[in-house]
Amino acid sequence: MIARLQLHSARGALVLLVVLLAPPIRHALEASMTTQMLVQIPLLITVGVLLSRAVPARVDAAIAAWDYRGITGLVLATLVGAFWMLPRSLDAAVSDPRFDIAKYLSTVLLIGLPFALSSRRMGFIVRGVFLLELIATFFRLGWLYLIWPDRLCNNFLLDDQQRLGRYMLLIGALLFIWIAIKLLWGRLDSFAEASSPALYQDTGARHL
Amino acid sequence: MKAIVRTLLASLVAVLIGGASLSTATDHFRAFTTEAARRLAVREHPVDVPAVTLETETGARLDLAEFRGRWLLVDFVYTRCPTYCTTLGSEFAQLQRSLAAPLAQHKVQLLSISFDPEHDTPQRLAEYLQRFRTSDSEWLAARPVDQEGLELLEKRFGITVIPDSFGGYTHNAAIHLVDPHGRLVEIFDAGNPSVAAQAVMQRLEP
Repeated sequence: MIARLQLHSARGALVLLVVLLAPPIRHALEASMTTQMLVQIPLLITVGVLLSRAVPARVDAAIAAWDYRGITGLVLATLVGAFWMLPRSLDAAVSDPRFDIAKYLSTVLLIGLPFALSSRRMGFIVRGVFLLELIATFFRLGWLYLIWPDRLCNNFLLDDQQRLGRYMLLIGALLFIWIAIKLLWGRLDSFAEASSPALYQDTGARHL
Repeated sequence: MKAIVRTLLASLVAVLIGGASLSTATDHFRAFTTEAARRLAVREHPVDVPAVTLETETGARLDLAEFRGRWLLVDFVYTRCPTYCTTLGSEFAQLQRSLAAPLAQHKVQLLSISFDPEHDTPQRLAEYLQRFRTSDSEWLAARPVDQEGLELLEKRFGITVIPDSFGGYTHNAAIHLVDPHGRLVEIFDAGNPSVAAQAVMQRLEP
């Protein structure tokens, strides 16, 4: 059963990656700052998340020894994520093929994969801090893109940048509403239920 | 306990490597955009402008290298441009007034280079100048004579031209200062020509 899930996830990750690498789709997504940041990069992160399900339990257990409550993976994913939030990096990903390759590799292997592996190990507080920081980042960046009078990227138009800003504020607001509903009526740890309980290093954290 | 220590260690390594990468990627947290990076790079390491053949508004051909010996202020335009380049045009007109003396002494030269050479024939370039210039002197408009020349110019100066939603172009408009040795030494905001004029006057003083 687990082997089957691993195979399916690995296959799914591969298919999604091939689709994203297809030149027409790649060019369409990279032609706009909005689709690059809100469609392409999130889908690449998804490839990494799918890939994480194909990681053998033995390997995951070895990583867990260095990833108490998912902290290491979260730190890594956050730093790499910060890099791809720099307007300069987004610009370079379009005009410099080396940056484009780095984007594909790092979003899959250094954001999606470590985050997915670590998220199973995160406790209530780590998860809460991450979610609130994610929402704050959407608001901060969205606000910046919306009000900045000049283009932040030489490869993208100003109206594209402002549209990205509006969408980021919207996503931040939706995430905020979702977390508010969860706090009032639900359990924050429920999105880890899909993963196997055996992977928990710290079982206490799960029921916090 | 062992896992906590290991996690702290691994996270520390990630923070150090990540911090160093972010620092490198932003020129030590000084340039977060491509445009800021371009300006910083030119200030710290002046770029030799390429010897590209240009055709001026009179149809005369000259080499960009021929301007050596005087300070050169360059902007990139396309004459159909309804927005930015009109601003750039009037800014160069303003520079013509504020730099009248050094321009007359042939110490300074103004040059508008078209990145749309197919459309911008010498006649259209002449019309462009007609629209803006306040006097006849020392402001040339020119187009590169071949595609390689244009690409080389865009690459060395760091100009990115992208199509806009109205059939025209958008580009990182700015005022570029080239020194008498033919090196691009400073890039100024397009919206503020008095800063560029001041910088030129300062550099002209012995």
